[in-house]
Amino acid sequence: MKNIKRILSLVLALCLVLVLFAGCGENTSGDKETAKGKVYFLNFKPEQSQQWEDIASRYSESTGVDVTVVTAASDTYESTLKSEIAKTEAPTLFQVNGPVGLASWKDYCYDLSNTSLYKNLASDDFVLKGDNGEALAIAYVIETYGLIYNKSLLNDYINTEGALITSANEINNFETLKAVAEDIQSKKDTLGIKGAFTSAGMDSSSDWRFKTHLANLPVYYEYKDENITSTDKIKGTYLENYKNIWDLYINNSTTEPSLLSSKTGSDASSEFALKEAVFYQNGTWAYDDIKGYEVSDDDLGMLPIYIGADGEEKQGLCTGSENYWCVNKNAKQADIDATLAFLDWLITSDEGKKALSEELKFVTPFTTFTEEFTVDNPLVKAANDYIKQDKIPVAWTFTTMPSEEWKNGVGSALLEYAQGTGDWSGVQTAFVDGWEREYKAVNSK
Amino acid sequence: MNRTIKKYSPIFVLPTLLAFIIGFIVPFILGIYLSFCKFTTVTDAKFTGISNYQKVFSDDSFIHALWFTALFTVAAVVTINVIAFTIAYLLTKGFKGTNLFRTVFFMPNLIGGIVLGYIWQLIFNGILLYFAKTLTFSATYGFFGLLILMNWQQVGYMMIIYIAGIQNISPSVMEAAKIDGASRSQILRKVIIPMVMPSVTISVFLTLTNSFKLFDQNLALTAGEPSKMTEMLALNIFNTFYGRTGFEGVGQAKAVIFFVLVAVIALLQLYYTRKREVQA
Repeated sequence: MKNIKRILSLVLALCLVLVLFAGCGENTSGDKETAKGKVYFLNFKPEQSQQWEDIASRYSESTGVDVTVVTAASDTYESTLKSEIAKTEAPTLFQVNGPVGLASWKDYCYDLSNTSLYKNLASDDFVLKGDNGEALAIAYVIETYGLIYNKSLLNDYINTEGALITSANEINNFETLKAVAEDIQSKKDTLGIKGAFTSAGMDSSSDWRFKTHLANLPVYYEYKDENITSTDKIKGTYLENYKNIWDLYINNSTTEPSLLSSKTGSDASSEFALKEAVFYQNGTWAYDDIKGYEVSDDDLGMLPIYIGADGEEKQGLCTGSENYWCVNKNAKQADIDATLAFLDWLITSDEGKKALSEELKFVTPFTTFTEEFTVDNPLVKAANDYIKQDKIPVAWTFTTMPSEEWKNGVGSALLEYAQGTGDWSGVQTAFVDGWEREYKAVNSK
Repeated sequence: MNRTIKKYSPIFVLPTLLAFIIGFIVPFILGIYLSFCKFTTVTDAKFTGISNYQKVFSDDSFIHALWFTALFTVAAVVTINVIAFTIAYLLTKGFKGTNLFRTVFFMPNLIGGIVLGYIWQLIFNGILLYFAKTLTFSATYGFFGLLILMNWQQVGYMMIIYIAGIQNISPSVMEAAKIDGASRSQILRKVIIPMVMPSVTISVFLTLTNSFKLFDQNLALTAGEPSKMTEMLALNIFNTFYGRTGFEGVGQAKAVIFFVLVAVIALLQLYYTRKREVQA
């Protein structure tokens, strides 16, 4: 009798535990779906989460395959991926931002060499390869950045007395850009604008435009001189040019340099969209933020970012990718197959191609995207024009920058220089010494 | 009866004990283990020994965060407790509208740290705009910004604790002091303050650990800018773990050191303030 009581109470206590933990358990879905495989895409771009979800649900409806899209909040992709991929239901499809990003995730990447994704690529430049030549990550969107400018405001300037140029085409080197920008700044009241450049905000929503994208140019020219594609030590040959363009940005803008630390990305885009500034350094993706306000599509143009390097008259815009798809190698084979089928559908079926080019407005590196799948974006057109004029595009070397920490160091130093609490030697240290230190720290085992 | 309870106590403890083990003990031990590993996600850890701990002490930003946090904690503990006690003292004098004031002072505590951080960022930047500066212009602004924010948030809560302490003092003690001819300041210094020492213990403990572990407010107000000069320990650990590829283990090691620090400081503080508590 005593034993029965004891066992009974133990069973009751365990039941209580079960009830307590029932809430933690995940709903195990039916076997039918598991047989078919599931797709779980961890999306990087919060501004396009809705579009991705729509596309996923349409695909699920027509094929019956479950596609889950989860979007990481802005600036938290790496941390979200880190915690998601440790789960049993891990993402089957995720992305890395380039060689440096791949380094931390290469053990999770499925070899994509035998997939239609790889076979339809226009060039091997868009693949990140592993040590044995396996295709671990494939770029799915090509983007371009430069100095977006407002054609009608620039024309207003050209029509003022003593304008230094007669057409935007004459701006083909740093000297001219500087002279024009400074002249525009001095005539800003006549032109009814607040400054030549939009605010060079150093809030985290905007500082990547300078610590990463603008810093790409000195790195690119140094790589070009040295004939290398990455390095463990940067010399900083073009730092003087970096300083010149940064000075130009901060001294001829809508904002006083001492206020830059709190200026955000949307501050800059709204300044441009509301015709308060002529030049705005950003890329093709910025079109969504500036369309529909006061600048009409016909007035949007893009200039290369000139920093005063030799032969820059031939320089084009900065074109590359920092969005590479990876398939999770550790997922179930059925899920991997389902994911590959989903990707195949995206880039080969008409419906999928339409979704990428019309809804997401992606310029892709895949040969399956023929004429009718071109993107309706005036900035992309401007970018294509440069390629037609045989200008040499600037590669995205910033994907080889040693780490986020390096970028942050350069960003902070740029800000301190701008607001006068530091001097340029701080940027030099962060750029040159920081590179060597970070490269060592990240690559030491 | 007692014997039965004793006999069955393991059974009653079992559910909560299991929950405690799963929710606290296991992650804690796993966390300590991970601080000796190199890993990308918590499931693929490789043991590397103490190299993570070596990296922690060669990281200048961690050392700076440690001093910044220590300085902030001292400043915050002193200001919050002095202000909270003063307000509590005034609000137990029986003025009209005491209840209204108590409610108003307590209200900031009901708002989350992130929201508060962004609201105060707007306020500070709005004021500093007149001087063509921003909150993240220099670390000094950030420091005082954080201090004001924390005072605004915590004073109300500590005030409630002090009010409870002051009201708990038996009227007969106060009366005796008055009859003995003690002046107001004498009553305050010789009667009230010694009698509320238990409240001081609690309040100092709460403010100390809160300031030391401060995260949300730090993240929302300055995010460590400029150049990590206002980055406190918790934020530094977070940034190391999530912001730097290959530094997850180092972040974990920092977290272990952080735990030891907080535990030691809190225990020391409890020991010293307990000693000053008196019985009436």
